[in-house]
Amino acid sequence: MGLDIRLPIGIIFTIYGVILPIYGVVADPSMFQEKSLGVNIDLWWGLAMLVFGVFMGALAFRASRYSEP
Amino acid sequence: MHPHFVDYTIIAIYFVFVLGIGFALRGRMKTSEDFFLSGRSIPGWITGLAFMSANLGALEVMGHCANAAKYGMYVNHFYWLAAMPAMCFVGVFMMPFYYGSKVRSVPEFLRKRYDEKTRTLNALCFAFMALLVSGVDLYAMAILFQRLLNWPFWASVVASAVVVAIYIYLGGLTSSIYNEVLQFFLIVFGFLPLAILGLKAVGGFAGLKASLPNPGYAHTWANIWHAADNPMGVNWVATIFGLGFVLSFGYWCTDFLVVQRGLAAKDMASAQRTPLIAAVPKMFFPLMVILPGLVAIAYSPVRNLLWDPVKGVYNYNQALPTMLGSLYPSGLLGLGLTALLASFMSGMAGNVTAFNTVWTFDIYQTHINPGKEDQHYLAMGRVATIFAVVVGIGTAFIVLYFNNLMDYLQLLFAFFNAPLFGTFLLGMFWKRTSAHSGFWGLLCGILAAAAHYSLYHFHYIHYPSDMAANFYQAIWAFAVCFSVTVVVTFFTEPRKEEELVGLVYSLTPKPTTSDLPWYERPSIWAIGILALCAVLNIIFW
Repeated sequence: MGLDIRLPIGIIFTIYGVILPIYGVVADPSMFQEKSLGVNIDLWWGLAMLVFGVFMGALAFRASRYSEP
Repeated sequence: MHPHFVDYTIIAIYFVFVLGIGFALRGRMKTSEDFFLSGRSIPGWITGLAFMSANLGALEVMGHCANAAKYGMYVNHFYWLAAMPAMCFVGVFMMPFYYGSKVRSVPEFLRKRYDEKTRTLNALCFAFMALLVSGVDLYAMAILFQRLLNWPFWASVVASAVVVAIYIYLGGLTSSIYNEVLQFFLIVFGFLPLAILGLKAVGGFAGLKASLPNPGYAHTWANIWHAADNPMGVNWVATIFGLGFVLSFGYWCTDFLVVQRGLAAKDMASAQRTPLIAAVPKMFFPLMVILPGLVAIAYSPVRNLLWDPVKGVYNYNQALPTMLGSLYPSGLLGLGLTALLASFMSGMAGNVTAFNTVWTFDIYQTHINPGKEDQHYLAMGRVATIFAVVVGIGTAFIVLYFNNLMDYLQLLFAFFNAPLFGTFLLGMFWKRTSAHSGFWGLLCGILAAAAHYSLYHFHYIHYPSDMAANFYQAIWAFAVCFSVTVVVTFFTEPRKEEELVGLVYSLTPKPTTSDLPWYERPSIWAIGILALCAVLNIIFW
């Protein structure tokens, strides 16, 4: 259909994967004590999303190179 | 729940992408097939995830989390007993008829197999139901907006509706499907930390078992024999036949909302794989909705928030949002709220796209204005989209005033889908079934459901819970539809066999899968899924 859905998915998860860890590092650590049982979940889950976003983006990039030389 | 700037930013980015996908697809909608069936061109993994996501509306996500808090792990049956076998059945046995007969909708299949009146009855029931369900998703979405932004309810409803309307209006089914794939990943990433943090909060699975209010909550099967033993109050007959057979096969095999995703696939093998690919994440979804529901009732800080001291009951419907608010810090909270919004939007969009297709092809083109050029029906599909959203707004206000409409919607499935499965089963696997019998069987099945509901509602018959009543209603509706169809068949002319090629199992050449590598064959997928599902049932016995 022309639009490779993996590209927007890759981009949005990469954006989230950058915002969340940065926020997790600069935010007040007491917030994590109060809510997420002392785990800096923003940092770790954000990094997991970054990996997923880059992976999806890479798949889309590879597909576009093969189909449109 | 007190979202910060970072949470609003995350939600705003999501809206930019959802609308962006609609705009990117705007120019590609040239024919009605493009708009309603995505030109039958989408790869199997995309239609599979969309199949899964279209079903993940507010009822599914918030409803099953609430059910888990209320009834315990017994709710796993909705996934492992009900959905898995039905999804495998639709992929292996039914998709060849739907996709192979080139129909554009489920009612259109009924016209080919039975006759025009059967199709019209089903189309009207389905259109009515789709509009009611889309209102529930819209309602859930508006409540979330209202809490986050403190907008009045009407403004929240209109804002939520406008976003969904825009992306479907622009990009039709393709836009809906592509957004559903994006929404699927957001839902998974948004809710998975809830399972992780929830288990940590109660001290792992052993800690969870120890702190549940009733040891029966930690078992899927152990209490199935007697209705009095399990919290849902249903015995094994109602569970296995009502839920596992009639309700689940009725929903997954005949509901156009999910079947439409398979019809958009690019070839027969992808269409068959669509429900099978969807079954894999579906199997593990209890981790994301049922586990948080159990934690909500086991973990005292959350349980105390759910307690309503005025009414003296737990407010189970708030289990999922309360878990998000209690365990997610700012940042992750934005992602969790985005996941909730994504689930409501995918649920609503699924209903709207299914409605506009059934309305345009099965009602408008058939009865109101036949024989126009294709562009006319493409335009009609866009008008129907706006119409469905406007009616959905109205329904959302009904839900606002009748809070228990959620219960009635479960009931609607027992009204319309349960008898329909009898019509399909006979039509696809018994070539003698006559053209007239479908209509009368379906009509009598719906009337039987209505009669059963009235008897229960006015206290002439009694069940331990509303859920038990729904299950038995489904069994009765199916049994009546099935018997009436068989009886009418013997009094009416059978159809000519050559007209039924491609519509009835025994008269249709089987799709050959021997040219596919083994890992792409639908039957191998189905066996693998059912085996894995059996293992899960045993572990969480």
